[in-house]
Amino acid sequence: MALDKIGIAKRIAQEVQDGFYVNLGIGIPTLVANYVRDNIEVEFQSENGVLGMGPFPFDGEEDADIINAGKQTITTMPGASFFDSSMSFAMIRGKHVDLTILGAMEVSENGDIANWKIPGKMVKGMGGAMDLVASAENIIVAMMHSNKRGESKILKKCSLPLTGVGCVTKVVTNLAFLEVKDNAFHLLERAPGVSVEEIRQATEGTLVVNGEIPEMSI
Amino acid sequence: MINKKVNNVQEALEGVKSKMTFMLGGFGLCGIPENAISELVKLDVREVTCISNNAGVDDFGLGLLLQNKQIKKMISSYVGENDEFERQMLSGELEVELTPQGTLAEKCRAAQAGFPAFYTPAGYGTEVAEGKETREFDGKMFVLEPAFKADFAFVKAWKGDAAGNLVFKGTSRNFNPNMCGAATITVAEVEEMVEVGELDPNNVHIPGIFVQRIFQGKNYEKRIEQRTIRQRD
Repeated sequence: MALDKIGIAKRIAQEVQDGFYVNLGIGIPTLVANYVRDNIEVEFQSENGVLGMGPFPFDGEEDADIINAGKQTITTMPGASFFDSSMSFAMIRGKHVDLTILGAMEVSENGDIANWKIPGKMVKGMGGAMDLVASAENIIVAMMHSNKRGESKILKKCSLPLTGVGCVTKVVTNLAFLEVKDNAFHLLERAPGVSVEEIRQATEGTLVVNGEIPEMSI
Repeated sequence: MINKKVNNVQEALEGVKSKMTFMLGGFGLCGIPENAISELVKLDVREVTCISNNAGVDDFGLGLLLQNKQIKKMISSYVGENDEFERQMLSGELEVELTPQGTLAEKCRAAQAGFPAFYTPAGYGTEVAEGKETREFDGKMFVLEPAFKADFAFVKAWKGDAAGNLVFKGTSRNFNPNMCGAATITVAEVEEMVEVGELDPNNVHIPGIFVQRIFQGKNYEKRIEQRTIRQRD
């Protein structure tokens, strides 16, 4: 069965390693924080200016001056810090953040990503996404394999305006865990119960399948 | 001590005119200069350019200036959550320059620090880089981005003193410190004006040299956009 959003978040959480500073985008990426193993130390950075983000506050304890990049009220962990926007992006651009997890509308086989604009329809802006993808060396994209009309979003070439070029290294979808290298999507794992054939059908970009492909353990 | 204190928002905004360019601190509605925005609405200045990460919501923050059709151009990184903004943008009434968030912050900081421009990897290969100079450093491509130029910077701090020293709270810090000293005149409004000498010099976030006018703000609403809580077990 294909994964739901929580399943995608759980699989990505397995990629978070001890000692990592992690930036989580809005949407599925935000859920990843809930499934990171308890026995490792990880600090979450939010680009609006906090390192060491904690869980949402209890009712009555929310503070208008402490929010995340999704503008949600949050708390901080012991050891947290606040800083200005320029310093926040110094952490990002300067490659001090170890892992960036973000959503996408489209990705292509050469690692391009589009997630900020649908011409004529939706223009909300790129926020910090362009800075994040241009600098991070370890980027995992969380997304659905196809759109609501059943069209693949895992493409040879993105059709939407780009957020960044040649930057995506890994993609976790409702169907598969893919590595992007050598101008192709390399199938690393299948979602539970999903066949290689189903993934092939749903992938417009070049898909490389080497040997037996294991099922994800969620 | 050089005294930067003015009595009220009216004095603080003296000299503000139509067609000027303003910088406004804040991320979403967090840390926005609420008093300065209200006064800009009252002054009814027109055709202004606003540099601000976001554009407020329909009935608060910069949304108030948009409702009043005072803004000619917005320079922002993210403008969702605002229907009036979208309507004006799609109809062509409002000019919008979308800029990556880190680039926006650095264009402020560059103006503050006296750099005419800087190279950033953000936006290379995208429409943001169209028409801009690019250059390769160590095998990677970068885009040249110029510093902002603005007439006024409106920032909001938690505490401040008459010397113009500022301390920010939580994530309401965001773009505010980067905009201090990045415009011809920086106006700081504070939740709490303290006596000179009360702020520990070790813990001043922005030294008064970057601020021209400071005043005690009032009636802060500090709206929360996405009140998100967890249940107690």
